[in-house]
Amino acid sequence: MNKKLVSAILCGAMVLAAATPVMADGGVADGKKIALVGKSAGNAFFEIAANSFKETVEAEGGTVDVVYPEAATADAQIKVLDNLISQKPDAICISANDVNALQAKLEEAMDAGIKVSSFDSAPNKDSRQVFVNQAGTKQVGQALLDAVLDISGGEGQWAVLSATSQAANQNAWIDAMKSIMEGDDKYSKLELVEVAYGDDEPQKSTDQTAALLEKYPDLKVICAPTTVGIAAAAKYLQDNGSACKLTGLGLPSEMQEYTGDDDAHSCPYFYLWDMQGLGKLSAYATAALINGDITGALDETFTAGDLGDYTITEADDGGTEIVLGEPLQFNTENIEEMAKLY
Amino acid sequence: MEKKSIMKKITGSREALLAVILILLCLVVTAISPSFLTPKSIIELLKNNAVTLVMSLGMLCVMLVGGIDISIMSTLALSGMSIGMLLKYGHISNTFLAFVIAIAIGAACGAVVGLVISRAAVPPIIATMGFMYVFRAMGYLVSHGGEWAGAAALGSFKNFATSKFLGLNCVIWIIILCYVFFFWFMKWTRTGRKIYAVGSNPSAAEVSGINVKNINLLVYTIMGILAGLGGALQVSIYASAMPDMQYGGEMDVIAACVIGGVSMSGGRGTVVGALLGSLILATIAKALPLVGIGALWQNTIKGVLILVVVVVNVVLQRVADRNALKGREM
Repeated sequence: MNKKLVSAILCGAMVLAAATPVMADGGVADGKKIALVGKSAGNAFFEIAANSFKETVEAEGGTVDVVYPEAATADAQIKVLDNLISQKPDAICISANDVNALQAKLEEAMDAGIKVSSFDSAPNKDSRQVFVNQAGTKQVGQALLDAVLDISGGEGQWAVLSATSQAANQNAWIDAMKSIMEGDDKYSKLELVEVAYGDDEPQKSTDQTAALLEKYPDLKVICAPTTVGIAAAAKYLQDNGSACKLTGLGLPSEMQEYTGDDDAHSCPYFYLWDMQGLGKLSAYATAALINGDITGALDETFTAGDLGDYTITEADDGGTEIVLGEPLQFNTENIEEMAKLY
Repeated sequence: MEKKSIMKKITGSREALLAVILILLCLVVTAISPSFLTPKSIIELLKNNAVTLVMSLGMLCVMLVGGIDISIMSTLALSGMSIGMLLKYGHISNTFLAFVIAIAIGAACGAVVGLVISRAAVPPIIATMGFMYVFRAMGYLVSHGGEWAGAAALGSFKNFATSKFLGLNCVIWIIILCYVFFFWFMKWTRTGRKIYAVGSNPSAAEVSGINVKNINLLVYTIMGILAGLGGALQVSIYASAMPDMQYGGEMDVIAACVIGGVSMSGGRGTVVGALLGSLILATIAKALPLVGIGALWQNTIKGVLILVVVVVNVVLQRVADRNALKGREM
């Protein structure tokens, strides 16, 4: 019984494996083998990008092996890379668990003729040929600050509810918002009163939100660029019918209940990157590396299927990157549909 | 007769001291933020700390027998995530049923932990460390590898935390019911007294005919039940179920008990102490953001305050013990 089942599954798998390349003959990734290395298993958010990457490559005739290390550490990723290098795929696309620790292994891969791209989280500039960035720090800062300006009506007090005070990405966005605010007169009537930290815990984020309202009764907007923080703050503001509104970076499925333009909802709109787009663009960028259309040098251009043309730009760490674009806005119009995805 | 009255005074005064600390804290916070002692603010404080408040009762029982349980927040995540997914995919919609399921899962987790500790004689910290990983991982498995159940997916279940019964928030009712029950259970039932007996002197308890293994099994099961209840409360209060919820939160529960004068070596501690300990911790957590100090300093101050309260407690206990011995010599 069991053997029959196993052989049936194997037969099915073989048929599928044989059928796939035939179905999508002649794509930009035709016959190419790509390994996608994630940070760790069990991140539904990352899997959206991974699935989109896989679908894109398969539609273009290639195959993708998605590999997760057994733990979210650089050591565990090095083990995975060791295995992959011996299998000699055409390219490895990695979301790195550590900026510097993977350098030796990734250089070994590149020396072995394997192309190395990265997305989501970049290893240092010597460990990769190109990095696909979900959204540039500046673009995120700009989008969030414009949301604050719009929701506050152009003037008044606002505050930031972040994750931890050491979170590098959070701090980069907050710094970007601050520098954009100083650099342009149209933000001159906005007053950033405090950056509070909720440590990505609902309980602490609720305490921090309550404290912000208490300390600044005229607070108009809270900007929470973190998924846990924004959900906790949204719940608190909405339950209390507060006049203070909210924006930031959040997950549509978490925020659906709180998103709306009227007084009954605490968050008019918020942002997050387009994880599907990120997976797709990364797939095309990796294929372009394999085909030699790009080498990862500055100012090279390539076509990413129906996403259009992209140019390689300079990254903050001195390497090169491809920026997907502006973060995606979630509002009353698309929240219901997007909540099914994210 | 005289000895008993001295002991009573001492335990009375220790809790009185905690109450004084709590009142002082409240006064300081009120000076900074005048609205702190309004009914709305107090309800909010209790609601936002309901999980710690309820679970410190279970930790009290565990610590009374000289044990410790660091798997509780993993149990909370597993039970909370399970009902979150059941609600999200429409398998259940009844709020009461969701609570029952969460508590049942918690009870099962606690019973397994209790069996391993009492029957296989594994040291509690090792056994619960193992289960901390196991239950957390199971929470992730239940969530299809990291999916959340957001407010929209939870339907009417999340309304439990915002609805009222007889003019008082339902979450507050649960806290009150738990404390009233445990106050009665620990003080006036035979089983409650057995827990104290096992913690004070396990061999004497054994000789006097108490089944020490069963009491051990019982306290971890109680802890599991309360962790399951905590899971349901967490999901309802924050309208969100995530597999990593309350990660590291067990330390807050243990800290609440320790502040409340529950001894790590067993036999000593009261329900009122657990309540005061939780409230002191909750007040500190609510007050620190109001004071306007940096985020890194907030954790430092929280730690220092915990240490100060505990050291004061220990010193007083030592004085009390010495006085009690003096009385005996005479």
